Amino acid sequence: MPLIQNDQTVVSDVEVLLTQQSLAVLSTHHEGQPYASLVAFAVSDDLRVMLFATSRSTRKYANLAGDSRVAMLVDSRSHRAEDIHEAMAVTAVGVAQEAVEAELFSWRSIYLERHPYLESFVSAPSCALVKVLVHRYLLVRRFQEVSEWTIRA
Amino acid sequence: MDDPRLTSHWLIPLREAHCESTARIGGKGLALARLMAYGIPVPEGFCITTEAFSTFVDSGGLRERILLELHRKPFEAMRWEEIWDVALRIRHLFLTTPMPAGMERAIRDLLSTPACAGPFVVRSSSPDEDASGSSFAGLHESFVNLRDSDSVLRGVRLVWASLFSDRALLYRKEIGLDFERSAMGVVVQELITGERSGIVFTRNPNDVGTSVTEAVYGLNQGLVDGDVEPDRWSIDRANGRVTEHHPAARERCMQPDTEGGVLRELPESLKAVPPLSRDELMQVHGTALRLEELFEGPQDVEWTFRNGELFILQSRPITTLPGGGENDQRKWYLSLHRSFENLKTLRQRIEGQLIPAMVEEARRMASEDLSRFSDRALWEAFRDRQAIEKKWTEVYWEEFIPFAHGMRLFGQVYNDVMRPADPFEFVSLLGTGFMESLERNRRLEVMASMVRADERLKERLRLGEHTSLGAAFERELQGFISAFGDLSCPITGIVQCTQGPEGLIRLVLEMADHPPNVPQQQAHDQTGLKNRFLERFQGNERVRAEELLNLARASYRLRDDDNIHLGRIEAQKFAAALEAQRRYGIRGRLDVDESARDELLRTFPEAGFNPKTPADRGASPQAEIRARQLIGQPAGPGIASGPTRVILSLEDLRDFRRGEVLVCDAVEPNMTFVAPLAAAVIERRGGMLIHGAIIAREYGLPCVTGVPDVTQRLRTGDNVTVDGYLGIITVKTAEL
Repeated sequence: MPLIQNDQTVVSDVEVLLTQQSLAVLSTHHEGQPYASLVAFAVSDDLRVMLFATSRSTRKYANLAGDSRVAMLVDSRSHRAEDIHEAMAVTAVGVAQEAVEAELFSWRSIYLERHPYLESFVSAPSCALVKVLVHRYLLVRRFQEVSEWTIRA
Repeated sequence: MDDPRLTSHWLIPLREAHCESTARIGGKGLALARLMAYGIPVPEGFCITTEAFSTFVDSGGLRERILLELHRKPFEAMRWEEIWDVALRIRHLFLTTPMPAGMERAIRDLLSTPACAGPFVVRSSSPDEDASGSSFAGLHESFVNLRDSDSVLRGVRLVWASLFSDRALLYRKEIGLDFERSAMGVVVQELITGERSGIVFTRNPNDVGTSVTEAVYGLNQGLVDGDVEPDRWSIDRANGRVTEHHPAARERCMQPDTEGGVLRELPESLKAVPPLSRDELMQVHGTALRLEELFEGPQDVEWTFRNGELFILQSRPITTLPGGGENDQRKWYLSLHRSFENLKTLRQRIEGQLIPAMVEEARRMASEDLSRFSDRALWEAFRDRQAIEKKWTEVYWEEFIPFAHGMRLFGQVYNDVMRPADPFEFVSLLGTGFMESLERNRRLEVMASMVRADERLKERLRLGEHTSLGAAFERELQGFISAFGDLSCPITGIVQCTQGPEGLIRLVLEMADHPPNVPQQQAHDQTGLKNRFLERFQGNERVRAEELLNLARASYRLRDDDNIHLGRIEAQKFAAALEAQRRYGIRGRLDVDESARDELLRTFPEAGFNPKTPADRGASPQAEIRARQLIGQPAGPGIASGPTRVILSLEDLRDFRRGEVLVCDAVEPNMTFVAPLAAAVIERRGGMLIHGAIIAREYGLPCVTGVPDVTQRLRTGDNVTVDGYLGIITVKTAEL
């Protein structure tokens, strides 16, 4: 069944945002206290997994140990007034997991392809590569039009 | 003036402007300045530069507010009514945003100098039109006879706003309108109150060897608005010989009023005399040819004679609005802009002749007993009714729809004098008095109240009994069906096209299960608002303001009633088709010729009369992509939540329950009987003044219109919140 016009552009707009932007705001919490961090991210080709790297000593890492549910915001702001009508934002909602040894090589190469300058950071023994299994994307366009794209039930 | 260096960037006298650029003062301003420099009499005045425009829109965040309006929805997806709504909102932003103090003072100072004698004319002078080689008359605004600096300042704001007028937005590509970068220049001139005025096309587009001159008594505005018929001359360009003269009826002329212009009866002594003598005609023609030489191309020239002296009001290249092929309806949209005088005449014709004739024609057809007709006579009746429907459909497009502009005209005047926070506040003044669809809903409520009060009746109806319902109820039911039909068809007044009256009875039962929901009585507020509006006018102006309100109310009422009247005509065509089906079945042989039978069968296909469905049921969204928040236009204030009922075919209406949110492609007149049950209305078709929005407002229901693909993006049973203040629909989900 063909997608209606608007829905087709939901998928392509999410893809454009995730492939063109390099930074995301990661939301975690500690016992109900929200916490936001800026992270350098990459995304898998099928858009089902988002990746970021963090030191295991960080607050966000500690928060994830307590509750693995996360939201990540990626947007196309240019810090001008036009952002209000031009910018798009996508929020990914999902669950974070630290990449384990067996899969580390392949995830790391995807991540470094996007952020080659982070090679030594990612290679440090204290650094964790975290994959976020995306459950759904919420795309905001035209100031306040919101569409939901479910990736995993 | 604050800083002379700064204000000189904003204001340039026409006498000093001939070396400026079109980018700075616009095409019209530069043409006038050049005429002046060549010694051609032009009214004195000054240009307000595009830098002034840019300073104004960059102050107070206006530019970004405009861009938000323009990007609310893909432009290609907007109907002309939505474009008009956007233009009205932008116009209102220009009216209400404070002007930088230095700029306002500089304009006032200049207007108060002895060289600047009022009254004034304020004209648009767009740089884009010139840059794109296209200058289309009438896309941007001009104002005549502004008496004081307050009026001029308002005129300047409105000319600026007309950079984004509905007309300019429709032709945005052709005129090179760039939302982010375009600007508007303004020309402020002394008004020359000419005794005779007119236009010249130096080259007749249909006969390039001749020029065309049109002339009227009084101001040119009467001619340009189409309210005063001109005398017309064709002149051979080669030898100056008059080849043709079409005298006008010469009944009226446009004269300056307290502000603006007013149509007056022409004195008897002038009715027999053409506005121009032969010598004057030659003077006008000769001057226009000089301008053609000066500007190196055929010109469209406006002129006026005052005390025997010829003034040139403007000169621009001859252009016509481009057509985009058969499907380009923009010229028709432009024709919807009517003057007050034109609308008054139209109203008389609609109320005095057209509606009574329509009602009478429907009544006559309904009184014919088709069951007694011979086959041949039945066929002929069908053909006649088809022709009658076609005729009235044409009237609907040509006369009824343009009359809807009455509401828009009033809205602009209301906003100009009241400057309300909400640019659509004027709509609350329009809904009074009798509307056909409200009368239908009132009669439904009468039946519902009978059922509410009579348990036995309710029980019988629940069991599907249609007899022994009590004389009073049966009378009411039959009366309703004969006036409005049994609501089983998309067309008012038709009975039993697919179902019996079960749907109607189900609706009455649903209404009876809940307290009555009657249209909101806004009379008290309305009187206060009306008085506040009228208090802004004095003397004759007040009489005209009251007339305009009256006209707008008639326009609002007709926007609803015309569909019902047209539906009754359409119903009679289907009645003939239904009778044919009753007699022969669809496969039966009709005693008519084959092509005629095919036509009948097309009207009434085998599956039974198949009401048009607003959307294809097959095109539902893929499961993994859902709308979470949709945006449209806030067309009815209020906020409400409830489960949706998505109307894909009329059958869906029969299941409508109290408290549901009506979601549809377009609210058809015959759908509004569910309004008393609905919690809110959402419509794909856009507009603040369309049928669904009008009815929603009457019932005080939150309403959002112009939501793309809404019947596909929402599903029946979705829980939504409709924010009719902001035009937002939020879909509730259990999960984040």
